[in-house]
Amino acid sequence: MSDSAHPAVHPAPTTFIRKWVFSTDHKIIGIQYYFLALVAVFTGLALSVLMRLRLAWPAESWPWLEKIFPVGFEGGVMSPEFYLAMLTMHGTIMVFFVLTTAPQGGFGNYFLPIQIGAHDMAFPVLNMLSFWVTFLSMGVMFAAFFVAGGAPISGWTAYAPLSALGEVAGPGLGSGQDLWIISIALFCVASLLGALNFITTVLNMRTKGMSLMKMPLTVWTWFTTAILALLSFPVLLAAGILLLLDRLGGTSFFIPAGLVVSDTVIENSGGSPILWQHLFWFFGHPEVYIAILPGMGVASQLLSTFARKPIFGYHAMVVAIFAIGMLGFFVWGHHMFVSGLSPFSALVFSILTLAIGVPSAIKTFNWLGTLWGGKIRFTTAMLFAIGFVSLFVSGGITGLFLGQTSVDVQLHDTYFPVAHFHMIMGVAAIFGIFGATYYWFPKMFGRMLHEGLGKLHFWLTFIGVNAIFIPMHLMGIMGQLRRYAESTEFKFMEPLQPYQEFVTFAAFVTAAAQLLFLVNFVWGMFKGKKATENPWEATTLEWITASPPPHDNFGGRELVVNHGAYEYGVPDAPRDYVMQTDPPIARTSHRDAG
Amino acid sequence: MPVAIAPPEVKPQTGREDRVPASGGPGGGSGSDGGPGRRGDGGGRRLGPDSYQLGMWLALASISMMFIGFSSAYILGQGTNSQWRAMAAPPYVWVNTVILLASSLTLELARRAGAATEVKRWMTLTCVLGAAFLAGQLWVWGLLADQGIYLSGNPHSSFFYLLTGVHAVHLLGGVAALVYLTARAWISAARVPAGTSLNVTAIYWHFMDGLWIYLMVLLFFWR
Repeated sequence: MSDSAHPAVHPAPTTFIRKWVFSTDHKIIGIQYYFLALVAVFTGLALSVLMRLRLAWPAESWPWLEKIFPVGFEGGVMSPEFYLAMLTMHGTIMVFFVLTTAPQGGFGNYFLPIQIGAHDMAFPVLNMLSFWVTFLSMGVMFAAFFVAGGAPISGWTAYAPLSALGEVAGPGLGSGQDLWIISIALFCVASLLGALNFITTVLNMRTKGMSLMKMPLTVWTWFTTAILALLSFPVLLAAGILLLLDRLGGTSFFIPAGLVVSDTVIENSGGSPILWQHLFWFFGHPEVYIAILPGMGVASQLLSTFARKPIFGYHAMVVAIFAIGMLGFFVWGHHMFVSGLSPFSALVFSILTLAIGVPSAIKTFNWLGTLWGGKIRFTTAMLFAIGFVSLFVSGGITGLFLGQTSVDVQLHDTYFPVAHFHMIMGVAAIFGIFGATYYWFPKMFGRMLHEGLGKLHFWLTFIGVNAIFIPMHLMGIMGQLRRYAESTEFKFMEPLQPYQEFVTFAAFVTAAAQLLFLVNFVWGMFKGKKATENPWEATTLEWITASPPPHDNFGGRELVVNHGAYEYGVPDAPRDYVMQTDPPIARTSHRDAG
Repeated sequence: MPVAIAPPEVKPQTGREDRVPASGGPGGGSGSDGGPGRRGDGGGRRLGPDSYQLGMWLALASISMMFIGFSSAYILGQGTNSQWRAMAAPPYVWVNTVILLASSLTLELARRAGAATEVKRWMTLTCVLGAAFLAGQLWVWGLLADQGIYLSGNPHSSFFYLLTGVHAVHLLGGVAALVYLTARAWISAARVPAGTSLNVTAIYWHFMDGLWIYLMVLLFFWR
């Protein structure tokens, strides 16, 4: 045994446990991540439905809910504290266990090695570890629902000092908040392991001919996302350790002097709550791009495939992906415009924030340029990709409002930022995940999803999310405050109650539409039409192997890549697409196909 | 956590594939034939020893970010916290510092030694020094506690316990990797560490050494 033996080639597992549970195969791990995210997303969805119920009909009693949640629904009405617990857990579950795990851990794990022609990740055992630590982390997070006091009420941002004081500050801030921090710390570790694996794989495992500029844009986004995760999660981990020490070790990193909470004098002194905001948002803003970048990659891949055209401006796209990722590290202050930043730093953060509009606009124009004049095939996957672009624009535009300090002071803590970040980070990223699911499902499970059902799902979801979030922008401009379980106490918010009811109806319809997706998914796994190797006539490497691919991805073949990732409609080619492994084409015409 | 990659999981070739085994260096097996890739850099690279080194460097980048996070909290606290009372460096930390530096030296001697017995001897000494450093840190924390300086005492002592504690946890991982490699070498003569596993562990260990020096400068000389 020498140290230089090839560690990525491992024999196909034979036992059930090694094959499906503690598997080192990146494809199985990808599916495990995907199912974890699926459980998380439906949990998070259920929490938001409960919140919407409370917001639309604040006085209504729901006795049957009291039977399910005897603590939160005394007398059938959700207590404001329980509402805050729902809010915290909805945000946390969605951001960490859905938007971070599904695009990167799920699809990234499954398709990154295949798309670069590798047989597995660089460190398969580490890969398995990252999944199981994520799984453990989710278990710890869900346990927070069941401990005394319930889930924490400090929001997904766990703002100190509320999160740092312990039980005295409110229900759920005792062991619930402890579990929250431990879960997030575990999640950080898992993400770090995953990120260094992704980066090493991209740099060292590409097959012959797969130069960096021949990589599909999906690989570029997973790569950039991994860099963001590698550098931002450790800062959250550091913040989490400090917070845990404040709670359990008696330190005062985040607790200022002179606090009196629930008639109790807090002994700690000298800490800075703003420090938590700095550390949290130094992670938190890159996290937004961790969620959305893979969606951009998927949108690029899908638009090119189904418009039957090369992606418009491949190089510009790569540069824009990197620019968005790197700028993401220097804009965290725009979450803190009202926290007492000096006007000068606020100005710098504001300018840097607005600068992200440039690479974002490059991407948007290139997507439109890809669609322009294409022979568009409106598959469900394509609809979701176009939906992604639409939501990216409508969610991104409002970022320009919030990025300006003067406007932000007015809109801060209203429904406006809530609508903004749901549109761009939540729903757009989810559309990326849906697009990827409809596109790659045949490869992952060897069967096709039902297109008709898929299109119905798309239209209901697309109209539904707009019906939810466009009114929320308006409510925010009119002053509706976020994080409140009810606003009946405030005269100026009274006229907005009909909006609340409308949004709740829209949310119910959208949530119900997701059941269509679930039905389609389960039906597709067992009864769907058998998929061929390349049902979409696409060009990247995952489409030259069986559906689903064999254990080593390519059945022992060594691939040689001769073509870029998106060569559609190439003159002199025998078909309207050239796969990356096709032999070089002898060109007779003058047009460059690249 | 980087411990998980420090001792590489070495699996035998399956033999099922007729591929070329990983060649020694970075870019091994890179072929420029056939592939019209504009750059040869992507050509046919396979996971070699360099991947473990790359993985380790990435892990260290990530650890650095964590300590940068702590450092910014430290500098902010030092500048703004009215409760800040700087404590003097406990004299024994300098003894520990010397022990840790010595351990880097012995590890380097092990890495450069030719004969297996020498490798094993220096490795063992490194393990002992690493463990001695950790024991020394426990001793220092005990002494401070005896003087009434606790984690929750004042911001500077909080940071002292925090930074040295997190460093110790990371060093514990390094000691575990070293002990694993050394024990393996004593058990089987064929498994005397050389090459990647030792190099990667050494990178980690030296980094922890440098990190310690940085932390000492930050804690006791940065004003």
